Amino acid sequence: MQLAQREQIDKVARLLFRTTGLLVIAILGGIFLMLLWNTVAFFLKVKPMDFITGTQWNPSGSQVSYGILPLLVSTILVTFGAMVIAIPLSLGTAAFLSEYAGKTLKNILKPVIEMLAAIPSVAIGFLGIVVLGPGIAHLTGQSNGLNALNGAILLSVMALPTIITVAEDAINGVPSSYKEASYSVGASKWQTLIKVTIPAAAPGILAAIMLGVGRAIGETMTVLMATGNASAFPKGFFHSVRTITATIAIEMGEVPYQTTHYYALFAIAAVLFLITLAVNLIGEHFVNKYRKYQEA
Amino acid sequence: MSNEPIKLAAQHVDLWFGKKQVLKNINITFPKNIVTALIGPSGCGKSTLLRCFNRMHDLSPDAHIEGKFLLDEQDIYNQKISATEVRRRIGMVFQKANTFPKSIYENINYGLKINDVPKADRPGIVEQALKESYLWDEVKDNLDMPATRLSGGQQQRLCIARTVALRPEVILMDEPCSALDPLSTAKIEELIVELKKDYTILIVTHNMQQAQRIADKTVFMYLGEIIESGNTKSIFTDPQEELTTNYVKGHFG
Repeated sequence: MQLAQREQIDKVARLLFRTTGLLVIAILGGIFLMLLWNTVAFFLKVKPMDFITGTQWNPSGSQVSYGILPLLVSTILVTFGAMVIAIPLSLGTAAFLSEYAGKTLKNILKPVIEMLAAIPSVAIGFLGIVVLGPGIAHLTGQSNGLNALNGAILLSVMALPTIITVAEDAINGVPSSYKEASYSVGASKWQTLIKVTIPAAAPGILAAIMLGVGRAIGETMTVLMATGNASAFPKGFFHSVRTITATIAIEMGEVPYQTTHYYALFAIAAVLFLITLAVNLIGEHFVNKYRKYQEA
Repeated sequence: MSNEPIKLAAQHVDLWFGKKQVLKNINITFPKNIVTALIGPSGCGKSTLLRCFNRMHDLSPDAHIEGKFLLDEQDIYNQKISATEVRRRIGMVFQKANTFPKSIYENINYGLKINDVPKADRPGIVEQALKESYLWDEVKDNLDMPATRLSGGQQQRLCIARTVALRPEVILMDEPCSALDPLSTAKIEELIVELKKDYTILIVTHNMQQAQRIADKTVFMYLGEIIESGNTKSIFTDPQEELTTNYVKGHFG
């Protein structure tokens, strides 16, 4: 009788876990379908060509247009800038952590870097407005420093922990026999790092970068606060830009439901979804490749 | 053979990993152009001793070494000589073939690049090194092939080629055949005997037949100490110490 009871608990538990597991898939599928549904509704009203090639995002003016290009270019500009800053910084840090830092320093640095990931994005955006913005304005002689560069710098800070952690794992994972082989022919630490260790860790490092890109593209609050949100076509790093994420966040609250504008926001969200999906898949691909290489 | 000049020596060497003493008062000399085998049960410190000679312990922060290591009477731990120079003059072949994940050619070329060998000389040196390690005929048409596609024995010979390409004075070998089949082992042993003409060779081995086949001198170590050393023949046929007798007769180890 007690045995029967245990069996019963087992059955219930199994059902429970299966439900939660399926629920996650259902939620993901639901979100995807909702995006798709509304995107289709948008393209019934606006020609896909106009959406892709239009250089104006102007949903509420007298000449309504839904061109995604300025938003896309803004997003790419800010993400690219963030990566230009974050990649060398994080690879340097990762290499330092795994090859040069002593035990004590490493034990301090690693948690500190991981803590960087715990800072809320709104706090970083706040820093962008009150510290970085005025600083950039002062240096460039502009009236304010809320522009693509500001967003790029903040995003680079947010991408650092992700890239550093994954890249450090990759560098650490290089078999020490490779390094010994390099040292045994008289190579210095630096030569070994540049010519043997980093090339061997390249797949893992690429994965780290991809995850960092994914992090930067999807970030909303920081860019919303720091980049100025001008809807004009972006002209460069020292101009105000408006990313896809910021556009959705700003306009979704005010838009009347079931209008073209409403559907348009879903369409750009779908584009964002596709970009992050692609970036994550590429990153995932490299991580798997790297794992295989490690097992060999 | 004792009239050969001394190439390499260790004097009053003690080594600790953390608090654990791994080598105790090691005193030993290695004559030039002689193959010396280091034998002894696992954990007796023979690999540790070998790695002292090209300063591989520099890479492990908890290793602490006292005593002197002399290459041609020059202290290799002296400030005046860099670890990279020591490692170029004293090459090493490891237990597991550690070819780089690069092409066959690049595996040898790497060391040449590191040591600033003129570009024009490199192809010739690579070919020569491959010939000296009896690998040339097997790989000459596939120099661009990834080295990892070679068999284990070929990879180990490539590692030897990588080492001899730099014309070191001493070659350290840490159980180079332990992962190989008998045929590959025979090839490498043949190679070692050939290399003896130009190099001083120290080889760690678990295989006592191998020591008898290739080594002129043999050193028996036990628990971090050198118990006995001498001509290979006398170590195996007429050992002076009881521990040595027991080990070479296979009573333990």
